[in-house]
Amino acid sequence: MTDTITAPATALSTLDLLEAEAIHVIREVVAEFERPVLLFSGGKDSVVVLHLATKAFAPGRVPFPVLHVDTGHNFPEVIAFRDETVERLGIRLEVARVQDYIDDGRLQERADGTRNPLQTLPLLDAIAAGRHDAVFGGARRDEDKARAKERIISLRDEFGQWDPRNQRPELWSLYNGRHTPGQHVRAFPISNWTELDVWRYIEHEGIALPPLYFAHERDVYARDGMWRPVGPFSPPRENETVERRTVRYRTVGDMSCTGAVESDAADLAAIVAEVAVSTLTERGATRADDRLSEAAMEDRKKDGYF
Amino acid sequence: MTATLSPTSTLFRFATAGSVDDGKSTLVGRLLHDSKAILADQLEQVARTSADRGFAHGDFDFALLTDGLRAEREQGITIDVAYRYFSTGARSFILADCPGHVQYTRNMVTGATTADAVIVLVDGRKGVLEQTRRHLAVVALLRVPHVIVAVNKIDLIGFSEDAFADVAAQARAVAAELGIDDLHVIPVSALEGDNIVDRSQRTPWYDGPALLELLETLPAADQLEQELEPLRLPVQLVLRPQGGLAPGIDPAEAERLRDYRAVAGRISSGVVRVGDRVEIFPGGSATTVTGIRAAGAEVDEATAPQSVSLEFDRDIDTARGALVVAAGTVPTGRREFDAELFQLDARTLTPGIRVLVKHGTATVQAIVAQIESRYDLDALTHEAAQTLETNDIGRVRLRLAADLPLEPYATSRHGGSFLVIHPSDGATLAAGIVRD
Repeated sequence: MTDTITAPATALSTLDLLEAEAIHVIREVVAEFERPVLLFSGGKDSVVVLHLATKAFAPGRVPFPVLHVDTGHNFPEVIAFRDETVERLGIRLEVARVQDYIDDGRLQERADGTRNPLQTLPLLDAIAAGRHDAVFGGARRDEDKARAKERIISLRDEFGQWDPRNQRPELWSLYNGRHTPGQHVRAFPISNWTELDVWRYIEHEGIALPPLYFAHERDVYARDGMWRPVGPFSPPRENETVERRTVRYRTVGDMSCTGAVESDAADLAAIVAEVAVSTLTERGATRADDRLSEAAMEDRKKDGYF
Repeated sequence: MTATLSPTSTLFRFATAGSVDDGKSTLVGRLLHDSKAILADQLEQVARTSADRGFAHGDFDFALLTDGLRAEREQGITIDVAYRYFSTGARSFILADCPGHVQYTRNMVTGATTADAVIVLVDGRKGVLEQTRRHLAVVALLRVPHVIVAVNKIDLIGFSEDAFADVAAQARAVAAELGIDDLHVIPVSALEGDNIVDRSQRTPWYDGPALLELLETLPAADQLEQELEPLRLPVQLVLRPQGGLAPGIDPAEAERLRDYRAVAGRISSGVVRVGDRVEIFPGGSATTVTGIRAAGAEVDEATAPQSVSLEFDRDIDTARGALVVAAGTVPTGRREFDAELFQLDARTLTPGIRVLVKHGTATVQAIVAQIESRYDLDALTHEAAQTLETNDIGRVRLRLAADLPLEPYATSRHGGSFLVIHPSDGATLAAGIVRD
């Protein structure tokens, strides 16, 4: 009857396999945790995780809300995209605002004006307020050397801290998400994806993204080897010349710390082609926050960052 | 309609094992560098730090690419498994770079459980050492499908065929003793690049493939499991959207899906097609598959390791922890079984303690009924033991609070593997494999 099993003619592609793994992780977390939430910034990685969640539970709706830590320095196009997306999928959006913390003195504005490092406290408060025991994120191991060592299901203590020297071993595809009250896990379904995998998947699936990712004309000025946008939170200094250039973003963070790259890639096929031959990592090319030191990401993660 | 995305390369996972002295970091760096996986800004950062550490101009301390934690860079050691990614025209690779120190056996076990292949580095001048035997023993127990012994520093032994043949014979002898049947031995120089990406002109007596060539052509474990084993699907959850259908589904379709009910999970082995007869463990009820969604889209068939949801021709009482199998292949439920445990936690495992066993998607209470023996990785023999300490590998008998569909690890990597978990703090105490 089923004694003879023949393999199907079509072999699964890398994207098929990465997708299958990610959906497995998402379903494990939903099955084993009470109140998961997805960190959703409108950036391409969290957009991909949300898309995978729609596939994991089709034809039902995504069974968890999304959480956005709004620094107040976000690109307006990204906020608009965020709102359209949750509306279209019929899911609930929770927002934690860094501005609220600055207004009432719980956080101080930094001298350099960036707010990326200020996200940790509002994030941890929002996790506690929502009683979320599992927090999905779109982090990938190819992004950074510290992230390369993080588990797919990563335990955090009640201060949100990551203890890299005391991680649970990750064996076979058996994830151990057991935790005690106060602890939560961070779950990274696309840990094993590269930047190019993400773009190929977005192209294959036709996933909508904020317009910033595509080549457009913008007023920019050069700083630290990247093109920084002219905006309310990122004004040029006196010696910096504003130019109009055709640029796009490889990552979408705060206006105050994210740089654009010169590019004519106006559609997904062109972006895939561009990323495939890129000689710089996306963070090296576009993120001032990761240039602080060789261990910048590790230090932020230990403090409870994404 | 097909579930398959663009027909590009497949994915292959491998792990590297060996000590710093064997040149493991250099090998990993060489693979990444020569396959152009290291981008300019990463290389620049490595070059800067290498120069700070007194490396000659233009030389790289490749270990800096994988030692991502501050403590690792400061102490010059690798603490934890690091994952690296690269691809060639033929395949995408996930590389788990495992520290080789004996006290870090847990990392070696971690890397080996998901690997399609493990590369064990041997210094060509020293031959097969105790540590090589230990690595090969762990790899053999975990039944990694392919084992590659890279005999490194071939440049330092004058590219000598005889010297290589000696080391290769030692490696083959150990592998035979351990029951490793898929063994590949390659002479390489990680430092100079011989037989890493391209076949070297300096080893004309070697007619096998270069390392990367081999990695590009070995079959992945998924392929083997999909072709050789019957259907197994551990149920993760039951999808029953009822009123909660995704927005945007048209009304006629929504009416059809009103009573949609499917079991969701990842196929761990075999193939499933619409119309197939399947059985469910526990209970053994039989039913027919009437619909399959692979990653959400309706398809006629799906294979390991796809994530799917299956609809059946009648309502079956089933839940997370159940196992869907091809009709006629239901495993026997077991309450008591013999296992090989890899003790990973710092605490001592003693007879009588209560633990949790996670197998597939089921988690059940268990008692360590008896500890029989500890595996001596140097002598490759079993010696009587009453407890298991960190990094020990030992034979134990476990008693379960409920039946589990356990299968020998020798015939099924998925059906025969489990975690031993601390019941109160949730730590993973040990990795376990079912003996028979």
